[in-house]
Amino acid sequence: MTSANGPGQPGTGRRPDGAALTIGLALIGFGALLVWDATGIPDKAGYAGVGPADVPKLIGGGLIVLGLLTGLAGRKAATHRAPPQRLGAVLWILAGLALQILLLKPAGFSVASGLLFACTAAGFGQRRLYITVPVGVLFALAVYGLFDLVLNLNLPAGWLETTIFGG
Amino acid sequence: MDTFAFLAQGLAVAVEPMNLLYALIGVTLGTAVGVLPGIGPALTVALLLPVTNGLDPAGSLIMFAGIYYGGMYGGSTTSILLNTPGESASIITALEGNQMARAGRGGPALATAAIGSFVAGLIATLALAFLAPWVVRIALVFGPREYFALMILAFVTVSAAFGDSALRGLTSLFIGLALATVGIDGLTGQARLSFGVPQLLDGIEVTTLAVAMFALGEALFVAAQWRPGEDEVLAVKGSVWMSSRDWARSWKPWLRGTVIGFPIGAMPAGGAEIGTFLSYATEKRLAKNPEEFGHGAIEGVAGPEAANNASAAGTLVPLLTLGLPTSATAAILLAGFQQFGLQPGPLLFATNPQVVWGLIASLLIANAMLLVLNLPLIGLWVKLLAIPRPWLYSGILLFATLGTIGVNPSPVELTMLMVFGLLGYLMRVFQYPIAPVVVGLILGPMAEQQLRRALAIAQGDWTTLVSTPIAALLLGIAALALIVPMLMRLRGRGQVLAQIASDGD
Repeated sequence: MTSANGPGQPGTGRRPDGAALTIGLALIGFGALLVWDATGIPDKAGYAGVGPADVPKLIGGGLIVLGLLTGLAGRKAATHRAPPQRLGAVLWILAGLALQILLLKPAGFSVASGLLFACTAAGFGQRRLYITVPVGVLFALAVYGLFDLVLNLNLPAGWLETTIFGG
Repeated sequence: MDTFAFLAQGLAVAVEPMNLLYALIGVTLGTAVGVLPGIGPALTVALLLPVTNGLDPAGSLIMFAGIYYGGMYGGSTTSILLNTPGESASIITALEGNQMARAGRGGPALATAAIGSFVAGLIATLALAFLAPWVVRIALVFGPREYFALMILAFVTVSAAFGDSALRGLTSLFIGLALATVGIDGLTGQARLSFGVPQLLDGIEVTTLAVAMFALGEALFVAAQWRPGEDEVLAVKGSVWMSSRDWARSWKPWLRGTVIGFPIGAMPAGGAEIGTFLSYATEKRLAKNPEEFGHGAIEGVAGPEAANNASAAGTLVPLLTLGLPTSATAAILLAGFQQFGLQPGPLLFATNPQVVWGLIASLLIANAMLLVLNLPLIGLWVKLLAIPRPWLYSGILLFATLGTIGVNPSPVELTMLMVFGLLGYLMRVFQYPIAPVVVGLILGPMAEQQLRRALAIAQGDWTTLVSTPIAALLLGIAALALIVPMLMRLRGRGQVLAQIASDGD
């Protein structure tokens, strides 16, 4: 993470750094959210003089300052240059996670997690879904059996689990 | 009772058959995750936290500590054979170790790493046992202001003192601190940043954040840079045994590495990798033939590997005696203690001596187990490296979500997992360190409570924070740790700091 082409090297480009500006704005937004939320908190400072609203305000203020500094640094030089990313891979894995969230209740742990398994493999270039989906579902089913029967961890069951391991 | 008596008592706990089994499971898992690139000890403990909910506290903690030690051993194998550090403290080992493996001396490289880890682990664990009661005695006089000062020092050293950018480190820390304010305020019961969503009132689970940042973030990042077929695992050629010349060249670096690594781990100074860098620099300076460095000098493997394990033991000093985690793994271990209702700190030594001393004694046993696991069985671990990446990361993601689903299968919790995973990915892409987020989340609420308690005792008088010598000294060191590196970077010395970056585990 901290290799020679890291951020310690001043950027060569003179163009404003879009990524740095975006990150700076996001930090300012997040900090403003903290401060805004804290203004709605009643003052219960008591003897301390510092109540539940003050620390979030402090942290929010800190985030706003850090956001400004990040944005200013990005105006002078390209401080936030990222190596080229394979966005397809990221989308495959995020889609797998979303599928798992959506299918967990209706289809059960094994099917939902099997699809996550297959999507992740696809993100890493293993696109043969007719292999990865069955492998993933079987693997998840074995994990379900182990954790539900041996370790008493309650995993959401679907028709597949109830058929094999009983209700 | 003196330390020997406590240690004997602890050994009696540690050799109970169930605890031996837990230690064996821990070191085996730890070695495996240390070997596998992409997952480290912090993540493994985070994944296991929900699973061990119903198990025996002492046994679970022994297992977690075994994972921590095992991860430090296993990481060296990956570094030497794959040139991809299994965890961040093994980056230096990859420099010389991989060169040795390329020259057909992978066996001795693995041996000096394993034996050096054993020697360092043994000495450092004994040092932990003898130092801990002293720190406990000092810690007993600590009040809220001293704890607050100590936490501020930990914040600064974890985020801003090392690494190549104080701005990035502090940003990571503040993201963690901001996430820590979500939920019900511990002192007044006031809901903060929960926007009426009931699930947010409980705050953000440390395990959810850690699993998301370390497992999902890492998997997304690796996938996004992935080029199939670029890793090359070097076969272990020849004997794993070291020649007498190897021994002669190794034993001094082992001892020096231990002496360097332990105090660095014990100070609130971040992860284990700093000690490895200092040890490497020391060995290079003291070597009779420094030109060999960069081409496979055995001293460059022996010293840093010893330093790495010694600082793992050192990290346990502030964790057990003060309840202060100084690395991501220690932060997760703290969450492990809290899961069983145990709060590490001076009181734990008084209220649960059998847990604390059993844990310390079991580390000695785990260390011996690791030597056996890592030398004769090295071939087995190398096979783990042959798992194709698509299958490996698919499995990691399945287990990563399993922990969250097992505890709380709500869509809100899983969505948080996904969002923080994406955050972890973006932070990796733009070179933000991850550890400060986790440390900020776990230490943030503690620091806030100590601050407000200290001010309440002093009726709102802020000078109370520097009114005792210890608190003033700690805050002074924290200020120096923030300002001196900034000046060094301004004067163009940032390269040194960039090299001793604190990241990951």
